[in-house]
Amino acid sequence: MSRKPLLSLALVGVLLLTAVMPAVAQDEVVFGIVLVGPENDRGWSQAHYEGGLYVEENLPGSRMVFFPSLNPADAPETTLNDVVQNMVDEGAQIIFTASDAFEEDTVAVAESFPDVTFINISGDDVLAGEAPANVGNMMGQMEWGKLIAGCAAGLSTQTGNIGYLGPLINGETRRLASSAYLGARYCYGLNGGNPEELNFTVTWIGFWFNIPGVTLDPTEETNSFYDNGADVVISGIDTPEVIQIAAQRAGNGEAVLALPYDFEGACELGPEVCLGVPYFHWGPSYLDMIGSVADGTWEQSWDWLGPDWSDINNPDTTNIGFRLGDALSEENAATLNQFIADLAAFATNPFVPDAFALWQGPLSLQDGTELAAEGQLVDVLDVWYLPQLIQGMVGASQ
Amino acid sequence: MKQHPALRVLYVIIPVLVSLAVTSALVIAVGESPFEVFEKLWEGAFRNTESVAGVVNFWIPLALACMGLIITFTAGLWNIGMEGQIMMGALFASWAARTIQLPPELLVPIELIIAALGGAFWGFVVGVLKTRFGVHEIFGGVGLNALVSVYAIYLISGPWRQPEGGNAQSTEPFPANALLNPMSDVFPVSLIALLITVAAILVVIWILRGTRWGLNLKATGKNPRSALLLGVPTTRSTLSAFMACGLLAGLAGAYRVLFTYDSLRPNVSGGIGFLALLVVLLVGIRPLWAPIIAFVFAAILAGSTRLRVSLQLDSSLAGVLQGTLVLVVLLFNGLRQRLTEARPASAAPAAHTSSTVSAPTSGSEGAAS
Repeated sequence: MSRKPLLSLALVGVLLLTAVMPAVAQDEVVFGIVLVGPENDRGWSQAHYEGGLYVEENLPGSRMVFFPSLNPADAPETTLNDVVQNMVDEGAQIIFTASDAFEEDTVAVAESFPDVTFINISGDDVLAGEAPANVGNMMGQMEWGKLIAGCAAGLSTQTGNIGYLGPLINGETRRLASSAYLGARYCYGLNGGNPEELNFTVTWIGFWFNIPGVTLDPTEETNSFYDNGADVVISGIDTPEVIQIAAQRAGNGEAVLALPYDFEGACELGPEVCLGVPYFHWGPSYLDMIGSVADGTWEQSWDWLGPDWSDINNPDTTNIGFRLGDALSEENAATLNQFIADLAAFATNPFVPDAFALWQGPLSLQDGTELAAEGQLVDVLDVWYLPQLIQGMVGASQ
Repeated sequence: MKQHPALRVLYVIIPVLVSLAVTSALVIAVGESPFEVFEKLWEGAFRNTESVAGVVNFWIPLALACMGLIITFTAGLWNIGMEGQIMMGALFASWAARTIQLPPELLVPIELIIAALGGAFWGFVVGVLKTRFGVHEIFGGVGLNALVSVYAIYLISGPWRQPEGGNAQSTEPFPANALLNPMSDVFPVSLIALLITVAAILVVIWILRGTRWGLNLKATGKNPRSALLLGVPTTRSTLSAFMACGLLAGLAGAYRVLFTYDSLRPNVSGGIGFLALLVVLLVGIRPLWAPIIAFVFAAILAGSTRLRVSLQLDSSLAGVLQGTLVLVVLLFNGLRQRLTEARPASAAPAAHTSSTVSAPTSGSEGAAS
């Protein structure tokens, strides 16, 4: 057998290896985003990806490198460590790990890359004092968005039966589902319903998005809500199954409504059934973080960022927002806008302590433990670490 | 009659070139340069010792799974339950890592043994379903895969969940003394696991080439009915093949939880069992080739991480490359078989190739026993 093929293969190898030179220009700012789902999921991951695009547009000389669908099912061959290594080779100085799923690995990996800044989205390692010096945390105050989404559902339901499709169960998902419930209960009352009779059911699928054979099927669970008398379903998962199913069923003449989540453009998947979408707008906060790393002023922090109350949909200032949907009646849209204005008044009132509206006693947890006494506001950190769903909701707390 | 060596090399190289051409065409179709794509793949896998370690870290469980499947394929069995057997090994290893408190030099071997037993047990169940109850191993395997996967989720979000509560993604990281250690910072691969994998490869080759058990497996695989008539214990062969395969799968699972990750996670087996099926399908039952092809696959997959990061190309392109490779090789083998059958003088090697395409036959020893 001739040795030539081997030899030429080796030669090609050497040539390729020498071609591997860092391709980073001097004043280029490279930032990495690691996503748990695909960058075009019309949900959580896409919102982050678009945040990255916003930075590329608004920060001259910046370049995004991203890695989609990092999870053992979709990318078994790679780990956060490998992905970060590749991003650092591309010149990344700051890397956003955009999922609760990366919280622990981010801390471990950050210790191997002390010169790179890591921002874990939705984590609390900094708050808990467990983060290495080069790790920060960031999250949007989606509690407001969920209050508004819940309100839209409470105003619009005819059956008094609302479904909430949740991902997995943790502090974040409990407090967001509970916010939606508080908004729904309040606004159901505004339209003459009895808040005590509102049926608000949470089903958890088990992960942030559908993994066939592993999670409950969000399509099936959405259908099951509608089959069991709910006319509005609120999505709490990363992907837009809820609005897609609602649109299908509306096509068959059913009176169903939905609220997607995470991504500003999610209503486009079913405008005729969409009451609105609470969404994350990561661009401005990403821009700040990247800018501070680039000019060396970054400091470790745990940031829980609210909307710009002067305009919650201002693309250059807000961190979370809410887009009203076409399916909202004119009257309900007016009520909802007033509700948003009330929230803004509450949040910007200098005499009100830092708290979320409607998170006010009397409130109990599902097992009857008192969360807040009559008139008392729930401390924001007690909201962050909410141990159970709020009493009145149907669904598992653990 | 032996084929000319150059011809045999050609039979390997041509399918590779064809699949490279097909993939290149796809890359050009999406407006990228195939050269850049292959360069990034190469870089991703082989740019430095750390990246090679990344390849090896995926190769270890994949190679273990392949060697296990070589055994079941030899015995004529489609062990689709591989994925579940890996998962079972991961579960058992996780149980040991969470429960047993011993210094690492004792704990790690115990974990590996327990994981191997877990995998072997799950293989045994597939085997018993087949030999006792006549459940074909494909159906049994698929069912058992689902079962263990759901059970793992239950453990992660239930009894084994993190104390601070609700996190369906992983159990708490295992204590440091329960984990496999990297041999060095520049080449972070577990030495023990690497040695075990190499040993497994050699042992499987030796078993199939030089032992009575290996011969029984081959006889069972070729024709279970006549093997039984000739006095080969086919039921025992089937069961032992599943258990041996499960044993190696269990080790692969242990590696995933004790080294790749540091905790039990849903889907921790990550489709490695199915990928291994693809590899073994590609190499037929030639055990020496399996770890080599597994390495190529591991390199392509690990390299594809860079493809995503640098070119923002979807790394499913790596899957496409592998898929076409397997298809083209199978097609090519079929073609080659026809050509050689046309010339009666060289019928012997053709019989060998045919095993590539139809290695596992649905055995009927279940009915016979």
